[in-house]
Amino acid sequence: MNVPEELFYTSDHEWVRPSESAVRVGITDFAQDSLGDIVFVELPTVGAAVTKGGALSEVESTKSVSEVYAPVSGKVVACNEQLRSAPELLNSDPYGDGWICTIEASDPAELKALLGPEEYRAVIDGQ
Amino acid sequence: MSAPGGRAASAPLMGRAAEPSLFDLSEPGRLSASFRTSGLPEWSLADLVPEEFRATEPVQLPEVAERDLVAHFTRLTHRQYSVDLGSYPLGSCTMKYNPKSCDAAASMPGFADVHPASPPSMIQGWLEVLVELEEALCAITGMAAATLQPAAGAAGELTGLMLMRAYHDHGGERRTRIIIPDTSHGTNPASVALAGYEITTVGTNERGSVDLRHLREVLGPDVAGMMLTNPNTLGLFEEEIVEVAAAVHDAGGLMYYDGANLNAILGVVRPGDMGFDIVHMNVHKTFATPHGGGGPGAGPVAVREGLKEFLPGPRPVRLLSGSFGFETPAHSIGRLHSWHGNALVLLRAWAYLRLNGADGLRSVSDVAVLNANWLKERLRGVYDAAYDRPVMHECVLSAEALQKETGLRALDVAKRLLELGFHAPTVYFPLIVHEALMIEPTETESPQTVAALAEALEQIANEARAAGSATDAKAAPRTTPVGRVDEARAARHLIATYDQRDDGAQG
Repeated sequence: MNVPEELFYTSDHEWVRPSESAVRVGITDFAQDSLGDIVFVELPTVGAAVTKGGALSEVESTKSVSEVYAPVSGKVVACNEQLRSAPELLNSDPYGDGWICTIEASDPAELKALLGPEEYRAVIDGQ
Repeated sequence: MSAPGGRAASAPLMGRAAEPSLFDLSEPGRLSASFRTSGLPEWSLADLVPEEFRATEPVQLPEVAERDLVAHFTRLTHRQYSVDLGSYPLGSCTMKYNPKSCDAAASMPGFADVHPASPPSMIQGWLEVLVELEEALCAITGMAAATLQPAAGAAGELTGLMLMRAYHDHGGERRTRIIIPDTSHGTNPASVALAGYEITTVGTNERGSVDLRHLREVLGPDVAGMMLTNPNTLGLFEEEIVEVAAAVHDAGGLMYYDGANLNAILGVVRPGDMGFDIVHMNVHKTFATPHGGGGPGAGPVAVREGLKEFLPGPRPVRLLSGSFGFETPAHSIGRLHSWHGNALVLLRAWAYLRLNGADGLRSVSDVAVLNANWLKERLRGVYDAAYDRPVMHECVLSAEALQKETGLRALDVAKRLLELGFHAPTVYFPLIVHEALMIEPTETESPQTVAALAEALEQIANEARAAGSATDAKAAPRTTPVGRVDEARAARHLIATYDQRDDGAQG
């Protein structure tokens, strides 16, 4: 299972890529593999305020509908519009073209509380 | 040697060529029937329909002879799998065989040809059946009264939630949240959303039951109630149901029993005794209407004494005079159906209950539970039990270990099983079990058929283990009229209409 070194993670299988102004968010390789073929993604609204642990987006696969939780609190500043017509990008490139949205994080302390790759690997090994 | 179990692999399913559509079979001017000797007066369309409502071009409808029409649909039915063809262990759906005598009752002209607007004096027999059914359902569930109106299970859920709201509103309380377990059927959260409540999910403990500690944490004065099946969706009996109900009641909430799994407890234990206040029953499922594919069903909702005044109306009732009539409860939530419910489905349920009697119903549940437990034990070591304890009417197994070992997924097991002559079990549900195979043999399958089903499931696992791969199963099904479909593509690019202009290719 691919767990890139440069990213941060949540125990709910979201990944976070920090940058200067905002963080990019998606679901992990483990998450897409467990979900199976993804057929629909409900994207958050740009400008919406989100709270860490609250619902961010909904991902529907041929097996189930699952919520994606906001890994940090803040404001949604961009969404991956490509997912509307090509939800399969979440399966084929979860850490790249399959990103879900970017969030302007409001509390830097929340970023520090995220899991590192080693810690996240321990989470998926336990499942 | 014992008799061979019934497999449908010998069914005369037709070849793989696609059945043409009726549009493909159409020839201009060809007719199915002609009533030219009817002697009835003819009317011109122009006299009947004002010009602004008339189409300017004729609608393109298929034109086929009756003979070709019947052959078309008969060929399609030969490509279907059904409960009348063989075992249908689709977990959570209770796809039992339905006795033909119940269908015969529903075909009697005295029942089938009655208009629902007939005055009560002309339909006393019908009303007696409906009242007797209500009484029987109340006896089975331990409730005081029931409405027969809801059209099926999901309509029953909505009715139950509306009853909760009416009850709390009547007491001057405003409650906004409904608690459902993380194993619940998808209809539960959907009904909660439709009824305008918020959903709070409660977790499952290591024994596969509601996590009582978590439940106590999420309860509060804003909770209207909790929706639960028992046995739950893992096929397990909620051992702490009395404590669960007491906790919800202490918080002022009501307990809603989702009757999806009622087949396990008939004559054994009553939801009313477990502490439930509102109960829906899928009578098409537990009793005797062939179901699946969209209905019709019937979802009567029974309530305990204090909720009777809120039931939908008008309700068929036994009058003091001994005859039957209609009555609308004092604080009724109104109608849930344009008439009195799906009456012929209700009639089949009544016939089924009369056919079985109390002792027969008890044995329905005893055998359903026995079959599921036998199957679970027979497959020990082949698939893993999601929770290893005695199950009720269905068992949830997991193909997770097999998938890690050989790549064989629950979906592949399901598809390969079709080739071996059985309907597939439910897969990937409940959601908390990885690679779930949810198997409900039901009581109507003989020990030989349940054994043949187990043998087929074992064969599939053995094939993958022997080959060290799931390549063979991934090609399944190869013997059915339609092979492996691309479910993801079908969901991503849904085509739900037929467009003649584009020869059906787009829509």
